[in-house]
Amino acid sequence: MAAIGLGHYLAVSAVLFTLGVLGIFINRRNIIVILMSIELMLLAVNLNFVAFSVALGDMVGQVFAMIVLTVAAGEAAIGLAILVIYFRNRGSIAVEDASMMRG
Amino acid sequence: MVQAFVFWMLAAIVVASAVMVIVARNPVHSVLWLILAFFNAAGLMISMGAEFLGMILVIVYVGAVAVLFLFVVMMLDIDFEKLRGGFIRNLPLALLVGLVIAAELVLVATAWQMGPLAPTALAAPSGARPDLTNTQAIGTILYTDYIYAFQAAGLILLVAMIGAIVLTHRARAGVKRQSIRAQQDRTPADAVMLVRPQVGAGVDTGVDTGEGVR
Repeated sequence: MAAIGLGHYLAVSAVLFTLGVLGIFINRRNIIVILMSIELMLLAVNLNFVAFSVALGDMVGQVFAMIVLTVAAGEAAIGLAILVIYFRNRGSIAVEDASMMRG
Repeated sequence: MVQAFVFWMLAAIVVASAVMVIVARNPVHSVLWLILAFFNAAGLMISMGAEFLGMILVIVYVGAVAVLFLFVVMMLDIDFEKLRGGFIRNLPLALLVGLVIAAELVLVATAWQMGPLAPTALAAPSGARPDLTNTQAIGTILYTDYIYAFQAAGLILLVAMIGAIVLTHRARAGVKRQSIRAQQDRTPADAVMLVRPQVGAGVDTGVDTGEGVR
């Protein structure tokens, strides 16, 4: 068993990111699971930041991982708020008929 | 050896729970699997030596974001049966896109190599101060060199908080609410009426105060 290095962590992060993308396309109707998939992708990005930060010995990667974490928290709050008012107006969260604006 | 065992265990659990997040039939189960994934990702970060971020991940993701998800999933009365269909229909496209992303990531990972300058051009080398713990090392650069990024993160959180409140706040009809402005705009002219009634006669203000005998 080879020593655990940068490549191992990057592989886990890549698998997580791919699963996040897969989740968005599999659950196209369920916007809650889509938001969770976005959280998974942001988690993968954070793992990537931290892996490189540790491998290079540069603390800046961890600082930026914290900023990604902040953005993820804000995004979840705003996304769920929009979801709540959408459900209040339409009585459902089916994103496929979210065509009120006729873009 | 121990490090390898810990890594493979955490990595296997984080990947397996991520799979369960996207294929679970019940969104409540999805949130719970997401919490497991966050815990194990935090473990991975701690195993890398970034213990502060690992703990922050548990506090922010598990303590705030996942609970928010759980709250919304359980508060909204959603018919998840209706949202479930299309798994098989979406699967080919999903696998295609996933395959493309995975292939790109593999290509990048195999073709990429560290530039010769990367290990030397460090902005904040962590080996410079071996006496500092991980948390102290983050603090010494977060509050000095990256103070603007820190402030920007605070602004993002402020905007997200105000946005979430403004979006979900609604003025319900029929709920009595104190209006400071209406109270302060009230003048004696429209609040007080001086009358000199006849003895034994009542006072008809012409205003239904909503009080007394009807």
